[in-house]
Amino acid sequence: MDIKKYFKPKLLLSFLMILGLSLQQATAQVAGAAVVVDKNEGLGKMVGYYLLLFLLACVFIGIIGKVLQVYELTRKIQGKKEGISWDKVNGIIFVIALIAGLYGSYWSYTVQGAQILPDAASEHGEKIDSMFNITLIITTIVFVITHILLFVFAYKYKHSTKKKAYYLAHNNTLEKYWTVIPAIALTILVLMGFFTWRGITNISKGDMQSAIQVDVTAHQFAWDVRYGGKDNQNGKKNYKLIGSLNGLNNLGLDLADSKNYDDLKVTEIVLPVNKSVRFTLGSQDVLHSFYMPHFRVQMNCVPGMATYFQFTPKITTAEMREKTNDPKFSYQLYCAKICGGSHYNMKFAVRVVSEKEYAAWLKEQKPIVTEEMKKEYQVAMKQDIKSENNKIALNN
Amino acid sequence: MSTIAIHNQAASHHDDHAHAHHKETFLTKYVFSQDHKMIAKQFLITGIIMGVIAMGISILFRIQLAYPDESFPLLEVLLGKFAPEGRLDSNFYLSLVTIHGTIMVFFVLTAGLSGTFSNLLIPLQLGARDMASPFMNMLSYWFFFIASVIMLSTFFIETQPAGAGWTIYPPLSALPQAMPGSGLGMTMWLISMVLFVASSLMGGINYVSTVLNMRTKGMDLWKMPLTIWAFFLTAIVGILSFPVLVAAVVLLIFDRSFGTSFYLSDIVIQGQVLPNEGGSPVLWQHLFWFLGHPEVYIVLMPALGITSEVIATNSRKPIFGYHAMVYSLIGITVLSFIVWGHHMFVTGMNPFLGGVFMITTLIIAVPSAVKTFNYLATLWRGNIRFTPAMLFAIGLVSFFISGGLTGIFLGNAALDINLHDTYFVVAHFHLVMGSAAIFGMLSGIYHWFPKMFGRMMNAKLGYLHFWLTFISAYLVFFPMHFMGLDGVPRRYYAFTEFESMAEWLSVNKFITWAAILGAVAQVAFLYNFFYSIFFGKKATQNPWESTTLEWTTPVEHLHGNWPGEIPTVYRWPYDYSKPGHETDFIMQTTPHSQTMSSNLAHDFEGNEEAERIQGQWDTEHKNINNTEEVK
Repeated sequence: MDIKKYFKPKLLLSFLMILGLSLQQATAQVAGAAVVVDKNEGLGKMVGYYLLLFLLACVFIGIIGKVLQVYELTRKIQGKKEGISWDKVNGIIFVIALIAGLYGSYWSYTVQGAQILPDAASEHGEKIDSMFNITLIITTIVFVITHILLFVFAYKYKHSTKKKAYYLAHNNTLEKYWTVIPAIALTILVLMGFFTWRGITNISKGDMQSAIQVDVTAHQFAWDVRYGGKDNQNGKKNYKLIGSLNGLNNLGLDLADSKNYDDLKVTEIVLPVNKSVRFTLGSQDVLHSFYMPHFRVQMNCVPGMATYFQFTPKITTAEMREKTNDPKFSYQLYCAKICGGSHYNMKFAVRVVSEKEYAAWLKEQKPIVTEEMKKEYQVAMKQDIKSENNKIALNN
Repeated sequence: MSTIAIHNQAASHHDDHAHAHHKETFLTKYVFSQDHKMIAKQFLITGIIMGVIAMGISILFRIQLAYPDESFPLLEVLLGKFAPEGRLDSNFYLSLVTIHGTIMVFFVLTAGLSGTFSNLLIPLQLGARDMASPFMNMLSYWFFFIASVIMLSTFFIETQPAGAGWTIYPPLSALPQAMPGSGLGMTMWLISMVLFVASSLMGGINYVSTVLNMRTKGMDLWKMPLTIWAFFLTAIVGILSFPVLVAAVVLLIFDRSFGTSFYLSDIVIQGQVLPNEGGSPVLWQHLFWFLGHPEVYIVLMPALGITSEVIATNSRKPIFGYHAMVYSLIGITVLSFIVWGHHMFVTGMNPFLGGVFMITTLIIAVPSAVKTFNYLATLWRGNIRFTPAMLFAIGLVSFFISGGLTGIFLGNAALDINLHDTYFVVAHFHLVMGSAAIFGMLSGIYHWFPKMFGRMMNAKLGYLHFWLTFISAYLVFFPMHFMGLDGVPRRYYAFTEFESMAEWLSVNKFITWAAILGAVAQVAFLYNFFYSIFFGKKATQNPWESTTLEWTTPVEHLHGNWPGEIPTVYRWPYDYSKPGHETDFIMQTTPHSQTMSSNLAHDFEGNEEAERIQGQWDTEHKNINNTEEVK
């Protein structure tokens, strides 16, 4: 408790000066170029100012500590048992912390809770939301009760020399209760979760094929999206063809596959309301994650492996704007898996519209295989045939 | 048999004692020490330094999140080209996040926590002269030290420190073209981790063999304090899971440097078509999380063990349900190996497997719940002394509840679809693993500081430290849940590009200032810690009136721990406030014959002779009440 030793004003001052000086030197060194000097001028001062402020706070706390110590010592000299009962003080702070904490949680639930996502805009999302709400209610009840117990016990059973703790080593009945009750609660949650999860991920072959097929390719740091077109099937891709056709084939479409020719290239994802849509996801370079929170949709995009997510949007963008009272509302597509420097900025527009609007929009979309690509492909094929003939000739 | 061996060793050791003292030089005493207490201190101080660095890093990136559009010339002074124009570079931001996570999870909460307290307490609480292999113990520290140096030195290389997140998912971590943080920095990260795992394994093997072989007379497994149970099981988890990380890391090194395709397939990066085919990035995730999830419990279990001990001591009550506590630790140990898939629900893993992992994950919540309720029951009708250690232990229970409950959301595959990789996850693991484990560590430091340094820490500064840290931790992490529920993904450099995130900018500022408050509060701890090492009030032998063996050793450290014979243990470690006894604690070394007035029937574990003697004594003293089994 020899704080006094530490608070030598001279020592402190000299320490500060050394700090300030070295900082200024550092800034001067970095700001070697004349242009930068202006920018970094006063930096040392500013840092020194904050350091001083901090030290002032430390001194203040030190003084309070000293005062408390003196107070306790005088109490001791006067022959009174103890100065401040820190057990009592801490016990009281626990009660205050409990009240403030519960109020703070309530405030957070209501104010920040109002800022969270609106109700799910997809069919499976509604199930997820109701599961979420059930889990939230159960956990909140447990959270509040256990914290009341924890903090009230801390206050109520704070130390006193007069009493002795109650020797209670175990009680198997209690133990059984609080093993079995959480187990039951969790079993219910598990079963609900399991069936919800299976419902989302386990889709029949027929439903898969009848859904609108959308193919998404992620790369650093953008999305390429194509629709299945008339046959509602996306043509084959091969990563080795990326950049072929004179650089036009940026998705690596395999033009030998006729299904590619009616595929549509789009610059925004537009979905008809109440129609099932199946996303086939892939990545060209690193992992990305296809995350559309309003639909409760997320699936990683993995290079070398296709992943899928199928869902049915239920609310159009226009309806959502009314619902959320936000004329600027739009659905979002984020990348949710760390993918490099611009991970935070992988935008792509998403819109849900009525079936009529969708049909009109679809008509305007251009095929992904452009005339130019077709020409390049034909040229390449001719060369291929030639070279193959050559090969055959050589082999013979 | 082992006990006999130890006693022989002990006797000879005692004879040598006078000589041993002369041989110690500065180098053998403080640097290449083989004494478990000194190694514990080395781990602790290195861990604290790493913790301060990682905390500083977190403040740097918090400033970026709070003020994404502002320029801080100071940052350019400190970081040079990593913060051009006084704004963090977006790639460097990811490096900071990565290194923060790596240091905190591995270097602070694994080595700093397990390394410190396993080393300190296993021999002291079990009654051993030292670890099973003191030399290996020393190596363990120095491997850890070298790993730390390599990890930190990545800040001084031309490219950046590793930047693919602490989970370093390939292909991002495998391709130097993908980000600057995947160049030399990543290579060094991998080397550092291999050394770290070697350190961890040497430590773990030592802990396990010491616990199994070197307990003193009378110390059977069911008389071990819960701390030892926790360290023991943690070491087992570590031994079984860490090698898998090495395997994963070696394969990643092959992919990076030797052109193999374990994790890589069908990749085109910066217009360059890579030849790798047939690998799978998901393989890495399986291997990584096979360590990664048990790692969470490697971090948490020692903290829970420390808390059990501190709560029992300071409530002056036996820990409620000692056996249940041990069984739930064992349950957590076993289950921790079969839940890793819950990190991978939406990574493209077979969805049916996701369902299975969801079931195992939610089962693990049961032993965790049991532990929480047992803590509450221990506090109930206790006589609680609020030492700083006790405050931190209570803080741990609070974080463990809050963070554990949000785990129920994330463990549910259906809910995880929308919460995966959002701030909800960040909030969850920072509470349940970050804050809870660090509070366990701080609790241990305050509690065993007198044992380590022979001096006391200042309690009042401890109170200040606790309350500021406790409050700021909640202020930082509670709002993050709601950001996650708004679908804000984690590891975003700035919230400025999407209009939908604008509403969280002010919350980000609030969180950053709360984090700064929390960081400043640590100064109270650091000052208290380093000041008290040299100038703290001299400690008495048993300052907390605790029952366990470490408090029977002299305050002044000596090699071999006990000057004479190692004490024998007669009872379990939680005889606090036993009715009929004059003081409110009975040391483990006190035989039942000396506590005739307080013995209970079940103390004798069915030893009929002892029961008969007790019965005789009871009738002589008309002490009938105490023979009843306590309910």
